[in-house]
Amino acid sequence: MRWFLPVLTVVAAIIVFWYLACVPMNVKFAMMTAERQGVAVSPEGMQARRDMSAVLLAIRNPVVWPDTWAQDKPRLPAPHQVVAELWRTTAEVAPTSKRSLVFHAWVTLSATLLGFGIGAGAGIILAIGIVHSRAMDMSVMPWAIASQTIPILAIAPMIIVVLNSFGVQGLLPKAIISAYLSFFPVVVGMVKGLRSPGAMDLDQMRTWSATRTQTFWKLRLPASAPYLFASLKIGVASSLVGTIVAELPAGGGQGLGFRLLSGSYYGQTVQIWAALFATAVLAAGLVAIISTVERVTLKRMGLA
Amino acid sequence: MTSKPVITASHLDLTFETNDGPVQALRDVNLEIEKGDFVSFIGPSGCGKTTFLRTIAALETPTGGEITVNGMTPEEARKARAYGYVFQAAGLYPWRTIAGNIRLPLEIMGFTKAEQKKRVDKVLELVDLGTFGKKFPWQLSGGMQQRASIARALAFDADILLMDEPFGALDEIVRDHLNEELLKLWARTGKTIGFVTHSIPEAVYLSTKIVVMSPRPGRITDVIESPLPKERPLDIRDSPEFLEIAHRVREGLRAGHAYD
Repeated sequence: MRWFLPVLTVVAAIIVFWYLACVPMNVKFAMMTAERQGVAVSPEGMQARRDMSAVLLAIRNPVVWPDTWAQDKPRLPAPHQVVAELWRTTAEVAPTSKRSLVFHAWVTLSATLLGFGIGAGAGIILAIGIVHSRAMDMSVMPWAIASQTIPILAIAPMIIVVLNSFGVQGLLPKAIISAYLSFFPVVVGMVKGLRSPGAMDLDQMRTWSATRTQTFWKLRLPASAPYLFASLKIGVASSLVGTIVAELPAGGGQGLGFRLLSGSYYGQTVQIWAALFATAVLAAGLVAIISTVERVTLKRMGLA
Repeated sequence: MTSKPVITASHLDLTFETNDGPVQALRDVNLEIEKGDFVSFIGPSGCGKTTFLRTIAALETPTGGEITVNGMTPEEARKARAYGYVFQAAGLYPWRTIAGNIRLPLEIMGFTKAEQKKRVDKVLELVDLGTFGKKFPWQLSGGMQQRASIARALAFDADILLMDEPFGALDEIVRDHLNEELLKLWARTGKTIGFVTHSIPEAVYLSTKIVVMSPRPGRITDVIESPLPKERPLDIRDSPEFLEIAHRVREGLRAGHAYD
């Protein structure tokens, strides 16, 4: 448990920083409330404070600090507010309720998993093609790179609209955008991995008159495993981002992306942060699952 | 005794096209290797010894002259499983056990499961790794890995064993030991061996025929038939005959350099 104390220290430092950051972020609204309730603040009057630095105001008015951590719609909610919101929306409501983060997380997760499956599968197939065909190497790779230079935020609504006009709604459009983001790291990593056997390894295969298929199954594919897992981890995180982005224009009132959007419509910052944390937990969980599979697989393969 | 040669090269030329213009790796190489010969190729880097070995194995294509292996082209000989090739690095797959690695060429060549097992056991015994089949390569020392790699080359019963500096990366003590083992293996199996090396003592100790090569362009400067007996204890290396051959090899190498 030697790592326990350092980890705890870092977490504590982050939380302390967060609480401190809440003070200047929320200080103007806190002073306005305090002034209305007759508490003396300096300087008096909103006009006077308008152009003053928030840090300076915070330092001059320690009396309003407690309120900066307890507002209904703060600019930056305090950690305990986010935790309380997370608790309220997960443990205290049924997981099937539309008010439950679990429900929204599940909607997002299912689209992410489908998208990641499509993306990783397409990535692997493209990589196999690129490694074995010079024509594909020359023609596919530039398009794959170009596809990633287009901002996903710009293209996501168009994909949603186009698919919607064909009557495709719900899970699939989100999964496609998710796949669009996740296939790229898989292609790049897998191409690198399939090409990782050296000239000697390939010569050796030639001395046994191995076919390309045999070389693929017995040499290239196993050799690519460490690269594949590295890119799957990046891919699954991208997949989640893709789904969230797709949920913004998709509407439908479901998913963590929708929670983020509705939170920002109504100034529900606490809800936004709770959704953000749910997203982070989801991403960490997905990456952790792949890491575990990676560790077990590579250990069994003698590669770790 | 005039048996039919296993490998013949006549007027063999090989020119690589590089960005700096053509490089002549082999020029007018003529050589006959008899069945059961242990032939060493020795010379400085760039003399074409590895290139020649690779040409025998159809890993390079000559640009002139002719080469036959068992009376066939190298390409046909490969398909007929005429040779096993041992590279400088053991090249064992980390994800396969030692037995699994030796089984690899057998799987590729389509041997039956039972036949695979029989052959793997046999060659593991042959290189003294009988109890190591279930180990993974990283659990073995460098010398043992190289022995496993030799076993793999022997597994499909090729008549010819081509070895490209197989012990080059090992320390001298291990190397001495493996040289001795290799001679025993050669005596027991009667294979024809082509062996590329940098080391004069290694070449003289192992070979029945020493081919001295020199660079730019790669060519043969001397072919020495060794008068040493087939039975060679390690201390034969202190005998006058041994030193005399070593001296002739050294002379040959020096003569090659005089062209520079």
